[in-house]
Amino acid sequence: MLELRNICYTVEGKEILKDISLNINERFIAITGPNGSGKSTLAKIIAGIITPTSGQIIFNGEDITELSITERANKGISFAFQQPVRFKGITVRDLINIAAGNDKKLSIAAACEYLSEVGLCAKDYINREVNASLSGGELKRIEIATVLARAAQLSIFDEPEAGIDLWSFNSLITVFEKLYEKIQGSIMIISHQERILNIADKVILLNAGELKQIGTKDEVLPELMRFAANCKVVEQTLNGEENK
Amino acid sequence: MDAIQLNLLKQVADLEKVPAGAYNIRANGESAGRNTTANIDIVNKEDKSGIDIIIKPGTKNESVHIPVIISESGITEFVYNDFFIGEDADVVIIAGCGIHNCGADLSKHDGIHTFHVGKNAKIKYVEKHYGDGDGTGERVMNPQTIIEIDEGGYMEMETTQIKGIDSTDRVTKAVLGDNATLIITEKLMTHGKQYAKTDFTVDMNGEDCSAHVVSRSIAKDESYQLFTSNVKGNNKCNGHTECDAIIMGNAKVSAIPQIEANHVDASLIHEAAIGKIAGEQLVKLMTLGLTEEEAEEQIVNGFLK
Repeated sequence: MLELRNICYTVEGKEILKDISLNINERFIAITGPNGSGKSTLAKIIAGIITPTSGQIIFNGEDITELSITERANKGISFAFQQPVRFKGITVRDLINIAAGNDKKLSIAAACEYLSEVGLCAKDYINREVNASLSGGELKRIEIATVLARAAQLSIFDEPEAGIDLWSFNSLITVFEKLYEKIQGSIMIISHQERILNIADKVILLNAGELKQIGTKDEVLPELMRFAANCKVVEQTLNGEENK
Repeated sequence: MDAIQLNLLKQVADLEKVPAGAYNIRANGESAGRNTTANIDIVNKEDKSGIDIIIKPGTKNESVHIPVIISESGITEFVYNDFFIGEDADVVIIAGCGIHNCGADLSKHDGIHTFHVGKNAKIKYVEKHYGDGDGTGERVMNPQTIIEIDEGGYMEMETTQIKGIDSTDRVTKAVLGDNATLIITEKLMTHGKQYAKTDFTVDMNGEDCSAHVVSRSIAKDESYQLFTSNVKGNNKCNGHTECDAIIMGNAKVSAIPQIEANHVDASLIHEAAIGKIAGEQLVKLMTLGLTEEEAEEQIVNGFLK
């Protein structure tokens, strides 16, 4: 479905991504690695938000490297932001409607369903503005709901679990499973969390902008922990998760 | 009425036909229809152009429509409308002015609306200003709103100018009594070479009164907006003024929100923000399949909704 060929990205002389080549066809793909390893940048390059310095992106056999964000969205790529954007005046319902596609006007019931899936009591949220009155966690769930409504063939989630405290991981995993049933495509999840890695058919490990390993969680985790020895943040995240 | 006038009426007052309840329609400087009810009287002023709208004490759930439309090029007028809202009344007043100018001459509507809101009365006042027509003649409106709210009175004012007015100088002055509440929401969009000036002054004289003055505006193209507000706390009271503008193209926006406390128990807040549409907002909507132009339109429409 998606192929990355020799993707490089350099900003002000600093190499953020170094010659990344990948093939993605699996159901759940996790991208992991320490902070600053280039995970989010890679996801943004796939969605068209960042243009790579060199390399090619092939989606369903077509070279999409030069296509805009909008064109890629319409070809079936969607992206849930790590830090969702706020909008004054645009309601949750408006956003879900836009996500579902311009010509489709979703019924309130249908829009509410997406909110319920991400654990929000729909009637409390559907007419609220996506503004500063929403907490980070609420915003994060609404962001995930927009990607569910979008139902794109390749759905990318940038750290979907971050900031969602009271919602169990199991619910999040159920959301991904249901989305897969609908799209029959690929779901790419950027995460440090072992429980997310557990469900991945393929785990991709990045470190310092380089592709270090591709494999199952059991194959990749020891390597991630090795990097973690040099990176307290990851270590704490993983250990903290195991202790819960 | 012709199609142009009917369209203006729809734009400024959401009217497809003659409204229910009391109304007074002014078209091209003359009265084009009036209806009064048992509780709401409308009478011409004798000394000058304009009307008195008299709402009896205790009138509930009634509405008054007083749209003004100008469809002939070259009409200029100055109108005085006074509203007397009796004690304990609860009514909706819908004003609005539409100018269609397809000629070369100036069309101008200036007016002073004065509201006397009685004790414990509650009103919602909605005014929309709109212009169209492809003539070279300017469309100008200079509305003034004078508000006096008695003890326990409540007024909500929604003032909107979205399109087509070349020049406007909008002045609103309010004086609040004990326990009175005033909520003003302004929505403004300017484009082309338009000029819009807004000036709110609120004197919170009564004990425990409150005022919220909120303006949201979008300045496009080469237009210029000047927002000033002065919310004065002269007693134990709560005041808040906020203006939030999106700037686009080569537009210019000045925002001067002022608060003035003349009493130790006055609690006042002001907020002001001007900025262009955030790039990340555009990006988010583009990942949902909108083009950049469609994304911009969604953000603008949402902001002024």
